[in-house]
Amino acid sequence: MMFDKLKNKIKDAYRKYQTNRVRFKRSVTRSAGGDVGIYILLGIVAVVMVLPMVYAICQSLKPLDEIFVFPPQFFVINPTFDNFRDLFRTMADSWVPFSRYLFTTIFISVVGTLGNVVCSSYAAYAISKIRFPGRNFLFKIVTYSLMFNATVTSISNFILMSALHMVDTYFAIIVPAFCTSFGLYLMKQFMETNVNDSVLESARLEGASENKILWVIAMPMVKPAWATLILFAFKDLWNTGANLYIYSEQLKTMNYAISQLVTAGIARSGVSAAATVVMMLVPIVVFIISQNSVIQTMSSAGMKD
Amino acid sequence: MAKEKAVIRSDLTKAQWTWLEMKKHKVAYLMIAPFFILFTMFTVIPVVLSLILSFTNFNLLEWPDFVFMDNYIRLFLDDDIFITAIKNTLLFAVVTGPGSYLLSMMFAWFINELRPKIRSIVTLLFYAPSISGNVYLIWTIFFSSDEYGFVNAWGMKLNLISSPVLWFQDDKYIFGLCCAVALWTSLGTSFLTFIAGFQCVDMSLYEAGAVDGVKNRWQELYYITLPTMRPQMMLGAILAITGAFGFGGIINQLVGFPSPNYCAHTIMHHLEDYGGARFETGYASAIATLLFLMMIGSNTLVNRILRKLGT
Repeated sequence: MMFDKLKNKIKDAYRKYQTNRVRFKRSVTRSAGGDVGIYILLGIVAVVMVLPMVYAICQSLKPLDEIFVFPPQFFVINPTFDNFRDLFRTMADSWVPFSRYLFTTIFISVVGTLGNVVCSSYAAYAISKIRFPGRNFLFKIVTYSLMFNATVTSISNFILMSALHMVDTYFAIIVPAFCTSFGLYLMKQFMETNVNDSVLESARLEGASENKILWVIAMPMVKPAWATLILFAFKDLWNTGANLYIYSEQLKTMNYAISQLVTAGIARSGVSAAATVVMMLVPIVVFIISQNSVIQTMSSAGMKD
Repeated sequence: MAKEKAVIRSDLTKAQWTWLEMKKHKVAYLMIAPFFILFTMFTVIPVVLSLILSFTNFNLLEWPDFVFMDNYIRLFLDDDIFITAIKNTLLFAVVTGPGSYLLSMMFAWFINELRPKIRSIVTLLFYAPSISGNVYLIWTIFFSSDEYGFVNAWGMKLNLISSPVLWFQDDKYIFGLCCAVALWTSLGTSFLTFIAGFQCVDMSLYEAGAVDGVKNRWQELYYITLPTMRPQMMLGAILAITGAFGFGGIINQLVGFPSPNYCAHTIMHHLEDYGGARFETGYASAIATLLFLMMIGSNTLVNRILRKLGT
């Protein structure tokens, strides 16, 4: 018994020695001063990055009298949830109730994201794993389209959508979100390196249809990629704001509603901060859940020439 | 199967062979159909359409007449605001494009020095501003023009300023503030790409480098890390440039539209103005086409430079 303990101790010590040795090797290229400098710089910039968001949270928890204090205090002294209550109460009485904005935002985010994942997965699988003529050309076009953003196409899109009677419906936001070029790009790059061709080939010999191979074999293998795609698609749709294609008030999004609130002045700044906090927490939670997958996916997302 | 294909192929013309291959992979075309039909509808056709419409005087009501280069001539010779818009767009892009690229790169590199647990927390802190909706509107409260704004109030309290400064209304400050907010939200997808790029460099390369005489972290970065993560750098550049031309939405929300004296008026705003408000679709299409060419042009240029750097 005693020996076992001792053995373990020695083993531990040896392991520590080993890891330290590896770290020592790395430290050849690292000066202590540089390390400290980096930590300090990172610390300062991290504070600058977070400060506005902390301020938003503090502001949302301030009671009305603290909002009117001069000079304004950064931190909240007596936190209350009054602003959040007011947000739902006052907005519930408004012409379009807050719940409608909330529904719109959730609806377009969920449906748009789902459609995007399905369309991108089908296309990415076909392009990366089936050798059909034209696939390189198609992928090249998609890569080129990463080089400009939706502003360029907004005017002609408006014409097309009004021809298709899609203007001022949810479709105007949801359907174009199905085919983001970045989504296809990510999925294709990840599938190409992380799905084993021989597994697919043996499945084909067994007589499985391509559709089945995609959903049963390939998709589980590329879980990080679609988790990432869900994050990117979701945060874009969630943050949809004022829009050329939507003019009915009851079809507008939460982001739009909040930007109207913010302009209402100092007395409403607590309520608008509360709304901002509600808006920002959701994508952050989604990112926290998917962070590891995202990093994994992005490492295979580089542009190969 | 390969042998069989080879025999057949030599007997066929290229077109015939392609046709056979296409028939064999029918299912692939079925699988790409949903994406590429929508992609054609919402990306390819609009680009072509705006190119065509830019040569017409279309206004959504009457049948368009072909006016040849009139729209472009009017843009450059007859539209002072457009010249301002070009100037602002380029200035904005020059500050925020390379700015966000270098910031993303630098902080991804620094964050990579941290231990995994802390690393993911710091990554979250840096990435959060770019995904959290319109949290940047908090800057308008922070820099509010009345004396309840945080900056104004403390400036007056500490006697730095005598009266409230109209931060987001004064064209002296708007541009700088917008750039600052844009940079604050710009550690986005390209930042994550770099984080991932730094992590997937093979550790044994560093060890070999240390043996071969790499002395400090700068040499390590220059000789080992950057060359191995060139694919990520290329993607990051594309995302940064496209983003740099597309910050107009933030300006809209921060200073409103139109901005005072057009001091933050970008091509994007000009496009929205003529396309969305005045319905001069032909003219707006000319603006869109120019914006498209600017984006593609700067991307191709930067891509070419990056490609040269690595070799």
